[in-house]
Amino acid sequence: MKITLVIAAYILIMAAVTYLIRMAPFVLFRKKIRSRFLRSMLYYLPYAVLSAMVIPAVFSSTGSLLTAVVGLAVAILLAVFNRSLLVVALGASSAAYLTGLLLQLFQ
Amino acid sequence: MKKNTLFKTGLCDGIPIALGYLSVSFGFGISAVNAGLSPLAAVLTSLTNVTSAGQVAGLAIMAPETGVLTLLSLATVLEMILTQFTINIRYFLMSLSLSQRLDRSFTLRHRFLASFGITDEVFGVASSKKEPLKPIYMYGLILLPVLGWTLGTLLGSVAGSILPDGLKYALGIAIYGMFVAIVVPPAKRDRGVLCASLLAIAVSCLIAYIPIFSFITSGFAIIIAALIASAVAAYFFPIREDEDGGDAA
Repeated sequence: MKITLVIAAYILIMAAVTYLIRMAPFVLFRKKIRSRFLRSMLYYLPYAVLSAMVIPAVFSSTGSLLTAVVGLAVAILLAVFNRSLLVVALGASSAAYLTGLLLQLFQ
Repeated sequence: MKKNTLFKTGLCDGIPIALGYLSVSFGFGISAVNAGLSPLAAVLTSLTNVTSAGQVAGLAIMAPETGVLTLLSLATVLEMILTQFTINIRYFLMSLSLSQRLDRSFTLRHRFLASFGITDEVFGVASSKKEPLKPIYMYGLILLPVLGWTLGTLLGSVAGSILPDGLKYALGIAIYGMFVAIVVPPAKRDRGVLCASLLAIAVSCLIAYIPIFSFITSGFAIIIAALIASAVAAYFFPIREDEDGGDAA
């Protein structure tokens, strides 16, 4: 019981810090930013964040470099042809899974 | 009627995120129970935090070794706060970016509520919308991912051991596929987006692979890469003033 309370306290601390970080800009920045540079930066920021999150982290997402590379390549190809988020995500997963199966066959 | 449609649009946009989360949080559920947390604690962690990297790091502080739970002390509480801050500070940038796209109907109350659900993927999808964001759309977008994240954790923590390894690993890439799907289409038609994306990749690889940068945590690496890349893109490809800016008529 004591341990459960301790864990609950940690979970609460984690949640509070995470929520404050998310909430502060939403509540504090209620006016449009005027600077054209800052507005441009905020426009490009999402794409920069997502790109930096994908590479290189994706290469260790499947437990094998080759399956990850094939999965990523399929994802990029599908995205170039404007497929939906779900199709691209499942396409990447399927490609990685099939590559993993093939690797096992030839080992 | 129109509100209803917007809510449904949000729900639909959230489906792929929720499916991705289901698989990723399944993995978190497995690790949490392996580390010694109860399924209830694992589920509560996911429901209240809704973040992957932060929860994994938090787990390492709560249960540093399998079955060994940390007691509550000032040092570990500070460590928890600092760790969460470092890993999750990227949400600050995301919320800041989204705060510029909010519709006028986004009152203070909605801002307090909707900001709870800003995750990498929710941010990505919301940013890809051309029109200003309305509260009802954001709630629709957030609902299923939060449920998926929580449900996946529950399933993983009670039944994680039955899924074959090959499938578990393959599901790990789903979330990255989703990011690719968000970035590639605008990068095809907008040179500024392409520039920001390629530069961010270059910087994050430099930080990851050059040994002298090994002290930089992955959370900070993302922030550094994104700030440099978006600043350079903003300098060379400033957006037109009518783009992205105007409030809803």
